[in-house]
Amino acid sequence: MTELVFALAVGILTASGVWLLLRPRTFQVIIGLSLLSYAVNLFIFGMGRLRVGAPPVLENAEAVDPSLYADPLPQALVLTAIVISFAMTALFLVVLLASRGLTGTDHVDGQEDPQ
Amino acid sequence: MSSGMPLLAIVALPFIGSLVAAFLRQDARNGAAFLAGTVALCATILTAVQYPAVHRGAVLRAGVEWIPTLGLDFTLRMDGFTWLFTMLVTGIGFLVALYARYYMSPSDPVPRFFAFLLAFMGAMLGIVLSGNLIQLVFFWELTSLFSFLLIGYWHHNASARDGARMALTVTATGGLCLLVGVLLIGHIVGSWDLDQVLSSGGKVRSSSLYLPALILVLLGALTKSAQFPFHFWLPHAMAAPTPVSAYLHSATMVKAGVFLLTLLWPVLSGTEAWFYIVVTAGLCTLVLGAYAAIFQQDLKGLLAYSTISHLGLITLLLGLSSPLAAVAAIFHTINHATFKASLFMAAGIIDHESGTRDIRRLSGLFRFMPITATLAMVAAAAMAGVPLLNGFLSKEMFFAEAAAFHIDSLLDHSLPYFAMLASAFSVAYSLRFIHGVFFGPPPTDLPRTPHEPPHWMRFPVEFLVLACLLVGILPAMTIKPFLASAVWAVLGPDTPPYSLAVWHGFNEPLLMSIIALAGGILLYWLLQRYFAKGIEGPPLMRRLKGQRIFERILVTLSWKWARSLERLFGTQRLQPQLRLLVGFAVLAALWPLYRQGLEAGSRPSAAFDPAFLLLWIVGGLCAIGAAYQAKYHRLAAMVLLGGAGLVTCITFVWFSAPDLAITQLLVEIVTTVLILLGLRWLPKRIEIVGEGLALGLQARVRRARDLMLALAAGTGMTLIVYAMLTRPLHDSISRYFVENAYAEGGGRNVVNVLLVDFRGFDTFGEIVVLAVVAITVFSLLRRFRPAPESVDAPEQQQVQDAYDRARLDRAVGDTLADYLTIPATIMQWLFPVIIVVAIYLFLRGHDLPGGGFAAGVTMSIALILQYMAGGTRWIEARLRVRPISWIGLGLLCAAFTGMGAWLFSHPFLTSYFQYLEVPAIGKVPAATALLFDLGVFAVVVGATVLILIALAHQSVRSSRTARSSLSTVAPALTKGDA
Repeated sequence: MTELVFALAVGILTASGVWLLLRPRTFQVIIGLSLLSYAVNLFIFGMGRLRVGAPPVLENAEAVDPSLYADPLPQALVLTAIVISFAMTALFLVVLLASRGLTGTDHVDGQEDPQ
Repeated sequence: MSSGMPLLAIVALPFIGSLVAAFLRQDARNGAAFLAGTVALCATILTAVQYPAVHRGAVLRAGVEWIPTLGLDFTLRMDGFTWLFTMLVTGIGFLVALYARYYMSPSDPVPRFFAFLLAFMGAMLGIVLSGNLIQLVFFWELTSLFSFLLIGYWHHNASARDGARMALTVTATGGLCLLVGVLLIGHIVGSWDLDQVLSSGGKVRSSSLYLPALILVLLGALTKSAQFPFHFWLPHAMAAPTPVSAYLHSATMVKAGVFLLTLLWPVLSGTEAWFYIVVTAGLCTLVLGAYAAIFQQDLKGLLAYSTISHLGLITLLLGLSSPLAAVAAIFHTINHATFKASLFMAAGIIDHESGTRDIRRLSGLFRFMPITATLAMVAAAAMAGVPLLNGFLSKEMFFAEAAAFHIDSLLDHSLPYFAMLASAFSVAYSLRFIHGVFFGPPPTDLPRTPHEPPHWMRFPVEFLVLACLLVGILPAMTIKPFLASAVWAVLGPDTPPYSLAVWHGFNEPLLMSIIALAGGILLYWLLQRYFAKGIEGPPLMRRLKGQRIFERILVTLSWKWARSLERLFGTQRLQPQLRLLVGFAVLAALWPLYRQGLEAGSRPSAAFDPAFLLLWIVGGLCAIGAAYQAKYHRLAAMVLLGGAGLVTCITFVWFSAPDLAITQLLVEIVTTVLILLGLRWLPKRIEIVGEGLALGLQARVRRARDLMLALAAGTGMTLIVYAMLTRPLHDSISRYFVENAYAEGGGRNVVNVLLVDFRGFDTFGEIVVLAVVAITVFSLLRRFRPAPESVDAPEQQQVQDAYDRARLDRAVGDTLADYLTIPATIMQWLFPVIIVVAIYLFLRGHDLPGGGFAAGVTMSIALILQYMAGGTRWIEARLRVRPISWIGLGLLCAAFTGMGAWLFSHPFLTSYFQYLEVPAIGKVPAATALLFDLGVFAVVVGATVLILIALAHQSVRSSRTARSSLSTVAPALTKGDA
């Protein structure tokens, strides 16, 4: 059940993100990318499987049983991904601001749709 | 391998020399020439002293491991044949370097020329001495590259640029074909090692892949050696300086093709396919090249076509597949190199001293430069195959082979006649070269008064002509042993008996020679009237220009087809691209599902808590709400996005990942600040009630389609995640990290140890990316021009300022400051607190959740809050944050920590740790990883603050510009503009 909720959460985040990604306004695309990055981060995190109440740091440092602890590898990957996705959001935001300044529109193509 | 050092030195010396020459001063003509000459001479001597070792079939080898797992080593080998070729490359290289010293003008960047020339020499030696086929192809492409650079040496000249490009396109394409061919051969043999390939000729010839491999290898060899129909690039390569033409385009590089054919002759030759393809190509080239050479008006053009024709002759001989023909091919390769290089140099001297190469303008030069003229005459006679010269000997062999019987076919029967015809042509063009330039009335209106060149410029010609004479008169005493060892290396026990005597009695080849000589003289005499008209290009073939065909193909391929493909499949619009991308991703994920089905796994479920379900009901609604509101209600969408982020953050805590939760929470805060700063510059968009109903059909279809895509993507992700989560996790590398985090990294927080120790190099890459992004944002914003309607201060601020201005007792900005009084006070008080939290998070990171990333973001929040509380000007008057210095110092700190490991001869970023006993505090961990984490911390602080502050500054800057341009808008902002 927990797994199902988690899976649905990733699904909803993805669907909202993809919907926004396909919209014409740059702000929508930024929000979409952020939602999508939540989804992807949760997805990668889920690769280590869900464990409730597993100790996050080593207790008895001498004899370690890996099966007791949460999987650190996906966590390390996601940790850097969170920071990098902030950087990408910032870059994209600035590019869209510059593009709006240059073209006078916030359409993703720099010009309004022909129709 | 003690015998290997000289071989390595022979190949490495020119490259080293090239590097040195590249760093010489622009005007160091003598220095560069001296360097090149010395290098070439050393290589020649080194090669010469190897002769006793390769004599009689021995093979020298040298090797360095390259990719041992693929069975690829960097190997050099030298046998009798490659020894001869190495002598040719290095010896003529020396002569050309000497000649070029006088040929090149002091106003040209001469060191660059010699750098290219030496590099080319190294690449050519690499081809010749390669002991494995892949390596050979690598050097092969290098020669194409340096030939390109050398042809385009006078890059201000359009024809040099075009010629260079054409030569590169043709030969490099051929090189790619060769690579594939070589890969096929390697596949058949099971190894790319030349010795193994040479010993498995039968296996290759009987393989079903033989024909494709043969065709591909031939494409490489024939393009390189300018064989019909790929010959057209060589005449255009004559735009190169003449020493280059003498060296690359007559003596060495164009010989690479025939060299390869000779090298692989024992493996590939002897089949019908080989005979028909190679002989046909060689014959066409031989006859057409010689024919075209007669009618050239440019001295170098004449020599270029003559080179093409002679290369055709060698190719033809190799195609005949008889051992005697192979002997003749090897012999002619050497002879051609000597007389053609000397002729090119002579042509260069004529050009240099008289100012033109046009045969129509030159005449009677004998009286001005008798010595050069005599030398050129001897060399041209060798080219025409006059007795007592080296060209005669190999041409006799050629005639004998042409007349001999090979494969019963029309091609074979017609060979002797074509051979005589081509030979007569070559007599005619040699005569034209000599008679047209050196005899006749004295020249009129030459750009310069011709005279003899400096002695050392003529020396290489003298040397080569002397060689032609010596070999031609006394073959047994000069070339015989060297030729014998070369032939033995290629043919081995199949070496046929042959004789190098000048006089074999009155036989068939001699008769053919006499007919050809007489025919050539007659032809030249008959053509006198035609030459007098001075028409450009050969009759009958004038319209057939390889160059034009080549250009048309290039234009079609790279322009017309590319454009129409782009029109068909390309779009400059983002949405269709993203739609395709998402669509393909969905389809790609569907395919395995369709093949294998999808079912839940057997892993026991984690304990379920209804609170988690409630949590994600909120999270899901937030996400959907954000998607719904992002068009008209940006602030709402941003708040909802933050809600989804918070729920994500709680999920991390829920499933035992406190590190992630901390980072997520902190990043959530800075992201919100970031987007808030951006909102101000976006256009206003107000929802019109009922607009949704008035949507056109097209828009509705588009939305429905996007909704379907989004739902498909979401459903797909849900299914995949569910299937994954219900399956047990197999043993992964995580086990190693958990088990060794404390023992080797000295930390209890495995995630942090992973980041700063085990995978420190990855983290280093990440912070570099972060730094690059921050600096990119900074520089993009430096030239930021906001849209005109966004320049004014926000509406609310204008109202507040207007109120301030209306009241005498208030200064502009007071209202704004009043609005923020309480939060600002709290924020200012919190400043030290947050810094302490940041330090705390940083210090405990190695053992408890926290670390450089989290601490860095916390620290930047502390700074940003001050900006928000006090306003940009206020804070910058009191506190100078230098984010770029933070970034730089952070990167340096991380890099130097990593490099510190070198001092203890460990690899980059090896960490060291120890627990120190500090009085009153107790045991404190001291790991070098902490220093690395400090670098991460500093970069994160610097990057985050730089991005946010750069964005915040836009409000100040643009209001300032607005103020200066529009005097009606009163001072708008002083405080709180961040």
